[in-house]
Amino acid sequence: MTVAGPRRRLLGLVTALLVLLALSVLSVVIGSTAIPPSVVWDALFHPSADIDQFAIRDYRLPRTIVGLVVGVALGLSGALIQALTRNPLADPGIFGVHAGASFAVTVAVGVLGVRDIQGYMWFAFAGALIVTLMVLALGSTRQGRSPVVMVLAGVCVGAVLGGAREALQLTNPDAFDAMRSWNAGSIVGRPLDLVWPILPFFAVALGLALAVSGPLNAMALGDELAAAQGVRLARTRVLAIIALTLLAGGATAIAGPIGFVGLMVPHVARWFVGPHQRWIFAYSVLLAPSLLLSSDILGRIVMHPSEIPVGIVTAFVGAPVLIALVRRKKASGL
Amino acid sequence: MSTGVSSARRRSTGGAPGEQVDFGRRVLVLRRRRIAVRLEWRSVVVCAVLALAVACLAVLALMTGSYQLSPGQVVSALTGGETGLVHDIVVEWRLPRVVAALVFGAALGVSGAVFQSMLRNPLADPGVIGFSQGSYTGALIVILLVNGTYMQLVGGALLGGMATAILVYVLAYRRGVKGFRLIIVGIGVSAMLGSLNTWLILKADLKAAMAAAAWGAGSLNGVSWDRVVIGGACIAVLLLLAAMLSRPMRQLELGDDVAASQGVRVSPVRLGLVVAGVALTATVTAASGPIAFISLVAPQIARRLARTAGITLAPAAFVGALLCLAADYIAQHIAPTPLPVGIITVMLGGGYLGWLLFTEARRRL
Repeated sequence: MTVAGPRRRLLGLVTALLVLLALSVLSVVIGSTAIPPSVVWDALFHPSADIDQFAIRDYRLPRTIVGLVVGVALGLSGALIQALTRNPLADPGIFGVHAGASFAVTVAVGVLGVRDIQGYMWFAFAGALIVTLMVLALGSTRQGRSPVVMVLAGVCVGAVLGGAREALQLTNPDAFDAMRSWNAGSIVGRPLDLVWPILPFFAVALGLALAVSGPLNAMALGDELAAAQGVRLARTRVLAIIALTLLAGGATAIAGPIGFVGLMVPHVARWFVGPHQRWIFAYSVLLAPSLLLSSDILGRIVMHPSEIPVGIVTAFVGAPVLIALVRRKKASGL
Repeated sequence: MSTGVSSARRRSTGGAPGEQVDFGRRVLVLRRRRIAVRLEWRSVVVCAVLALAVACLAVLALMTGSYQLSPGQVVSALTGGETGLVHDIVVEWRLPRVVAALVFGAALGVSGAVFQSMLRNPLADPGVIGFSQGSYTGALIVILLVNGTYMQLVGGALLGGMATAILVYVLAYRRGVKGFRLIIVGIGVSAMLGSLNTWLILKADLKAAMAAAAWGAGSLNGVSWDRVVIGGACIAVLLLLAAMLSRPMRQLELGDDVAASQGVRVSPVRLGLVVAGVALTATVTAASGPIAFISLVAPQIARRLARTAGITLAPAAFVGALLCLAADYIAQHIAPTPLPVGIITVMLGGGYLGWLLFTEARRRL
């Protein structure tokens, strides 16, 4: 595998940024009704009461912003969980972290009657944290961590929580109806009021991820070698888990469980930049929202005029990636 | 026809006095002219105790309901001593459900045992690997798109489960099928099917979606004699297949090479096991919806009760039957509102995972 040098890495990063910008524009322009770009421009910079402008400002723009924010969170949380567990198959969705967060949100909304995101985001964080810790504990054998056991542990925990969530919804049809579209994982119809309260937490997580990227690099060589280099293992792990929890829990609280973005994106980043966490994180932050937005656009086009929730599209794109990863000769690459 | 029952504990012959040497377990050997069956005494005793527990629980389940009966009435109704209302309640209304719980539970226990043995992993479960998701997809298509009859639903679920199994097997095939590859591919396929199912439910109107979701939670509601007989017949055949493959299955646990050197034809045996395991799960799923986690939990409990080295089928079947019946009893009579049995078994799976977590944590301290 040829890994790009620093100059080409930077060039690639700029390209990724441009692609992301282009996709953001497309995400605003493409939709069930065709709106000419000039109207889009006017909607953003010369607002008036025109109906098309209304569609842009109240539907497509929030949708794009939600996609950007959630995408960043998903990509970074995937990169973090893969670095932390040294597991190429790690993904917050596969590991049940999203299921934990969405179960907690269902309890909050369906049982406790919490209605606003300032309330139920705490449940999402707590659910994500508990599941992360459980999977890390269940997935570690005495010989160390086995990638497959960890995946199985995550899927089992996720299945239990999914079943429990289903039980809650079955006994409570109102909650069932209210959360049906949320459960599929979607960035449609999420007002920006859902995003603002969570942004500070994402900022904290971003800072934490930056702080642990160096130590995580050293830990890729093994715990003993990292400790010999002066890395404080426990502190690095705790910080990484906090960042991961905030990102995965927050993304779930906003958009519902969207799987596989966190699995695919860090792998693509690694092809470009090699095993260098800081670059992987930077690429993931740009590539993940691109993937999410393009999946969302795809979901709008494929079944036009009806739409497929983005979580379903990413599962259909991402599951084959998982299968391809495990079919490779070496199921590692970390 | 001679039936010889002999129990033998091989005595220590050469060891020094006082030295504890384990010469294996007490075994029970049944010999006929053609077939000889060698059973471990402990497994036999455990199965007998479990069967007794199942019988007691079954009588309890037959007694309980809005029209309470006495144990004597139940027994005499079962033996044909009662007529009229009591006979109808016990034999026509409550018995099919109890029999269904027993048969389906046993099938799930065996199915889980087959998969855990084959993939050499206590967390491998046909539900986790996506076969119940596939059955659910098949059933959903019948419920939501075709609006079909019950038999069409059963067919859809069976087809869905089988097609998923074939897909997973083919995708995991790369000069042979490795256990961990099968698991991960199964998880991937399961995720795709899961989102397909979510989307199908999302497209449906609320009433159909609720019905589909209720089926998807796994329920023994509305199980009648004709359904039990059809499902039971399929399950009986499949259980026989699994029993015939149980010896090579234990040898496969030693590794493919060792098993092959002992004369096991690895690929055909594994294919047979996959077919038996998948078909057992698919049959149950078709009849009642996916009843989760019995296949995960039952083999492990059975293994600890019978203290066998690996996974054994018969105790797993009895534990599965007991768990399923108990879960259905709890779902019907103890829960505040009657719930689908699958919900209770999910909690069971949660308890199992918690226990696993606890023992793992204790082991590391």
